[in-house]
Amino acid sequence: MSVTDQLSDKAKPEPEADEAGRLPLPAGEGAGYERLYAWLVPVAILAAWEMAARAGWLSRLFFPAPSEIIRTLVRLMGSGELPRHIAISLQRIVLGFAAGAVPGVVVGLAMGWSRPTRRLLDPLVGALYPLPRLALFPLIMIIFGIGEASKVVTIAIGVFFPALINAMAGVRGIHEAYFEVARSYGAQPWKVFRRVVLPGSMPMVLAGLRLSLGLSLLLVIGVEFISSRTGLGAFLWLAWETFRTEYVYAGLFVAAALGAAFAYILRLAEHRLLPWAEGLFHR
Amino acid sequence: MAYRHRDGPLEVLRRVSFGVEAQEFVCLVGPSGCGKTTLLKVLAGLVHPYEGRVDFVGSHNGNPLTAMVFQDHGLFPWMTVMDNVTFGLDMRGMARVERERRALPLLERAGLARFVRSYPHELSIGMKQRAGLIRAFVTDPAVLLMDEPFASLDAQTKLILQDELLRILRDYPRPVVYVTHDIEEAILLGDRVLVMTARPGEVKAEFQVPFARPRALAVIQTPEFADLKGLIWRDLEAAVRYQSQQ
Repeated sequence: MSVTDQLSDKAKPEPEADEAGRLPLPAGEGAGYERLYAWLVPVAILAAWEMAARAGWLSRLFFPAPSEIIRTLVRLMGSGELPRHIAISLQRIVLGFAAGAVPGVVVGLAMGWSRPTRRLLDPLVGALYPLPRLALFPLIMIIFGIGEASKVVTIAIGVFFPALINAMAGVRGIHEAYFEVARSYGAQPWKVFRRVVLPGSMPMVLAGLRLSLGLSLLLVIGVEFISSRTGLGAFLWLAWETFRTEYVYAGLFVAAALGAAFAYILRLAEHRLLPWAEGLFHR
Repeated sequence: MAYRHRDGPLEVLRRVSFGVEAQEFVCLVGPSGCGKTTLLKVLAGLVHPYEGRVDFVGSHNGNPLTAMVFQDHGLFPWMTVMDNVTFGLDMRGMARVERERRALPLLERAGLARFVRSYPHELSIGMKQRAGLIRAFVTDPAVLLMDEPFASLDAQTKLILQDELLRILRDYPRPVVYVTHDIEEAILLGDRVLVMTARPGEVKAEFQVPFARPRALAVIQTPEFADLKGLIWRDLEAAVRYQSQQ
């Protein structure tokens, strides 16, 4: 578990740092210089690390030189080994995300909009939500076997709840007055949904999807640690078992890059879907 | 009129009975919580009275009976100004081209034509309220309902918008029921001012406003204006005091 934690930690802060510079948000204040500042610390650390590793001050067993890690990464990417693992993990993420987040959003919108639905499902959600996602994995393996299905289902269940809870909060956060405006102009329920519920909750829905996507990366690596020969998690696990530290670092780098890529994609989606929220929610 | 409430019916309005003539501007003033807004919502069909009824005499040729202008949260932040303004028409199934054709003249006269593709957060409060007004007018309702539409504006913008409202009513005349807690605004805009008391709300007094139309802002300076204001305040003061002692 400690390795998973480490991964999730690595996967999370990185995208933020990446986004800050790259997104075409309101033209940054003195963007040029500040961008250099952002690079300064990581570059300094990498340079110090490289020197220390070459000089033999750091054990290569734990901290192989960055240049060596990069060479390994390039080699593993070139040979197709790492891309194969990435593709398999991505496939599990996409399937699990689609199977979990989409129903999560649908149920969340329904619970947010209709009080009877909320009353009906709230206890169930409240009871299941606190279950640590990975703890379900053994049960899911018993039910779905050790093949692909159990992995996809674990991810799906994991991402279902954050998607649901954010979608529900999104609808409930819409001011009552907007519903009144819509009804006063004769909007029928379907129109209220299309023109008020859906767009009004969209910022929170997307926030939920961003959480879910991050979580799906964590979960795929977790389940691949436990029961898989393929995928990024399995690659990392094998690297630890065979004590190839530079493989571990290469795997970590890929995991972080995936996390950053997911966050970036969702930011782009926000820009497309929420032109009205620009300047309301982002700085 | 009473509400169905968790603890049984809650009487919010009692013996509120008044008529609005064609092209008449009726202002409702009263202490907060007296049920002015509820009354407006009943007229708009947003709240269904448990007891009581609303009659409409006349024809409205398939146009909506009422359209409401709201105080805050009037415009949907996720729609452009054009989509906001034509929302009512859209709900009646009118095609986009036709909707925009009807809205454009109104948007132009309000100085909003440049902002049709903007979102509400890019507009000033005054602009937002203009858009809210247009959204109501463009549906060509039989009766216009306004719930303190200018309450959150600064004093100068408020005067300008009141003036604009009077002008637009000259070109698109129709009865208005206007809720406010501002006596001056009620006299400036209204033909008749109804003073309401606290819950259960009742119409306590009724005043005819003697100023002819078209009316200019200058009427504020006349002695008749001050006299009427004093009279209305005397009735309103009692209601406000009673309310604040509850």
